Amino acid sequence: MKTLRIGGGAGYSGDRIEPAVELAEHGEIDYLIFECLAERTIALAQQAKMKDPALGYDPLLEARMLAVLKTCADKGIRIVTNMGAANPLAAAAKIREIAVSLGLRKLKVAAVVGDDVLAQLQAGDYRDDTGEPVAELGARLLSANAYLGAQPLVDALAAGADVVVTGRVADPALVLAPLIHTFGWAMDDWERLGQGTLAGHLLECAGQVSGGYFADPGCKDVAGLARLGFPIAVVGEDGSIEITKVAGSGGSITTATCTEQLLYEIHDPAAYLTPDVVADFSQVTMTQVGPDRVAVSGATGHPPSGMLKVSVGYIDSYVGEGQISYAGSGALARARLAQEIVAERLEIIGAVLTEVRSELIGVNAIHGPGLAAQSAEPYEVRLRVAGRADSMREAVRVGNEVETLYTCGPAGGGGVTKASREVVAIRSTLLDAVQVQPAIHFEEI
Amino acid sequence: MKLRDIAHSRAGDKGDISNLSLIAYRLDDYPLLEKQVTAERVRAHFEGVVHGEVQRYLLPQLGAMNFVMHAALGGGVTRSLALDAHGKSLSSALLDMEIE
Repeated sequence: MKTLRIGGGAGYSGDRIEPAVELAEHGEIDYLIFECLAERTIALAQQAKMKDPALGYDPLLEARMLAVLKTCADKGIRIVTNMGAANPLAAAAKIREIAVSLGLRKLKVAAVVGDDVLAQLQAGDYRDDTGEPVAELGARLLSANAYLGAQPLVDALAAGADVVVTGRVADPALVLAPLIHTFGWAMDDWERLGQGTLAGHLLECAGQVSGGYFADPGCKDVAGLARLGFPIAVVGEDGSIEITKVAGSGGSITTATCTEQLLYEIHDPAAYLTPDVVADFSQVTMTQVGPDRVAVSGATGHPPSGMLKVSVGYIDSYVGEGQISYAGSGALARARLAQEIVAERLEIIGAVLTEVRSELIGVNAIHGPGLAAQSAEPYEVRLRVAGRADSMREAVRVGNEVETLYTCGPAGGGGVTKASREVVAIRSTLLDAVQVQPAIHFEEI
Repeated sequence: MKLRDIAHSRAGDKGDISNLSLIAYRLDDYPLLEKQVTAERVRAHFEGVVHGEVQRYLLPQLGAMNFVMHAALGGGVTRSLALDAHGKSLSSALLDMEIE
């Protein structure tokens, strides 16, 4: 039976590059996938593109391509990635430029566009998941990108692309497309599309299935985590899946690591929504078939709704923040005094904040006072105050009132940090798939 | 004993929804999880953190359950004021739950 070996080269935009190089050099893979778009990444990339039309793609695109492109070209490994972010065309041009600089003689890069539906949303009557009309965001609206399915990526591969770079596509489509292209799976073969989507879901966070984000010393030990290897999915023409990694790399692949990743960011396991298929993972089974080798089967699927999810990026608010540390005897009491002082001073100066969060790191910051029923007093405590405002001018006042604790607060506070930032947030809406028209552009040498 | 003694967990985030897997190390322990770690119990455990409903999905063949917790991430990952905006550490808080 024909099989395809697909490597998961990145789980997010800032992920480590060395494991991807290891996959390209030693993974005997046919495809290398880089999944680099979190919910808000495109909105931030759109802001970069507004400042410079040649930007708006993944900040690590250049570093990643410099690291793997030559090896991939030499070995015939094709690359599929959503590192195009808000500007797949500029990303493709950049990849071509890098290929030339590496001395490559021949390379075909496909940019998949059409996910950007900002103009449609601005013109039409759409409501987001909070129930508000999208158009009412006005000038605060930054980006709107529909989640494309696998088809345009399949078309790009059929046209001979060595590298396919996209903006927003459903994460599993990066893996599903090479499978459909290679095996000629029908777009209504729900069982295979379900298994292919499962393979994509297991690879999309890269190291999170091969022992990353898993270790808990004494309960769940992972060997060689510092040299964590990224995963390879070996997928058969019949949809069978085996998850493995490069022999000798760090990390581990067990039914436990695979089950954690199976349920990662899943709601109803029987209805994982993608543009290509409503995948059903509810009957999935896993078998350890060897060291760092897990076979995964039992996924199926149903026809999709025909509506595409759209991520809407907008400027939500401004957040100011400050932190200060107290240590030694009485640290907790001094931190609590500082906390009260900042709250009172923000009132005295009339800072206009719509939301304030004040907490003690090391005591109750992560889960609040309920779960943090601590017994002993900690040696050190860090006060954190964060506030939301409608302008940067108001937001900065939060950090300032923490900083002035140096001279105007309790004894012995140190290590102040303060920051304020514009908050780009995400809402979502739905768009009929027929209103979204993907297109492909090529760059060649 | 604590859940941590017999199970492991990973948190995921989408918008204002956090999902927590709960996976038994040994399939034999799964019925205990299914019996004791109900959606109501999880909701009570996260009082003050999770403000919406909690749904539970069962995958007995994997010894696993999935909890979907609404209004759990301070209004959404991308705008939350929380230090751990993604709620990544909620998995560790779940594993501190006592069971018999």
